[in-house]
Amino acid sequence: MLCLSQQIFDALRQHGEETYPHECCGVLLGRFEPGINAVEDAIRAGNTRTDSAHNRYHIAPQELVKIQRLGRERGLDIVGFYHSHPDHPAQWSPTDFAEAHWIGCSYVITAVEQGAARQTNSFLLAGTTEDDKRFENQKISVTGQDVPGLPPQSASTGLSAEPGESEPEELPAREASGH
Amino acid sequence: MTIEIPTPLRVYAGNQSAVTVEAKTVAEAVAALTTQYPDFLKHLYTPDGKLRSFVNLYLNDEDVRYLPQREETAVKDSDTLSIIPSIAGGN
Repeated sequence: MLCLSQQIFDALRQHGEETYPHECCGVLLGRFEPGINAVEDAIRAGNTRTDSAHNRYHIAPQELVKIQRLGRERGLDIVGFYHSHPDHPAQWSPTDFAEAHWIGCSYVITAVEQGAARQTNSFLLAGTTEDDKRFENQKISVTGQDVPGLPPQSASTGLSAEPGESEPEELPAREASGH
Repeated sequence: MTIEIPTPLRVYAGNQSAVTVEAKTVAEAVAALTTQYPDFLKHLYTPDGKLRSFVNLYLNDEDVRYLPQREETAVKDSDTLSIIPSIAGGN
C-alpha cells in the first residue's frame, strides 16, 4: 500500500496540471514499513526530456543524487516516484516498465485530461532483479482513506507485455480536491 | 570513502544505506563493494562485465562517465560515491 497525506496527493496531481501538456515527474521520500510505502514528502523534479516532454520523462541523475542526499539528511528514503500521463490513461506503459529499475519502490501515475488531473494509480515495482521485475497494482491510502483504484492483482509481468494487455478498466475519474 | 546505496540495492548490502570502503580510485571502491557484497555484481554489471546502462555512478556531484579519468579517477576518504539507477518513462 502507498500511504500519503491529502496535501501530498493533491500536490503531485497539481504538478501534472501545471506542466500539462507535458509530463511532470518527481520523487517520493518516506519510509518503508512492512507492506507499506509511507510517503512523507514529494519533491518536484525537472523533466529533462524536453525533446518529447508530452509523452516522456526523465529525471537527471544529478538531481536524484541531491534528492537522495536531502532524504538522508531528513532520515527519509526514496520510496517512489510520480509522473503524469497527459491525455493518456493512468496505466504504466511498456516504456515505463522498461525504464523502471527501483525495485520495491512505488511508481505513481496521474492521468491529466485537457489540463485536469483525473485518475491516479500506483504500481509497485516488485521482484528481485531486472529479469523477474514486474509492476503490481498498489492500493493508495490518502490520510487513511483508500483511493478508488485498480484491483490488487499484478497488472502484468515481463518486458514482452503488449500495450494494453491486462489493463484493468479505468474506474470513474477522481477529481482533484482543492480545485 | 563512502558509497551511498540506493533503496532497491540495500538488501544486498546488509540493509545499509551507505558502506565505507578503502580505495584510491572509483574502480577500487566499486571492487571493494562487490568483494564485500558479491550479490552487487549482477545488479551493477551485465554478464559480460559492462556497467548496466541504467546504473549511474556519481562521485560527489560528478557523473563518473564524464570525468577525464572515469573509473580511474582518484578518490579521497571524504568523497562520496552514489549509485543511482535511472528514472525515466512515459506513455
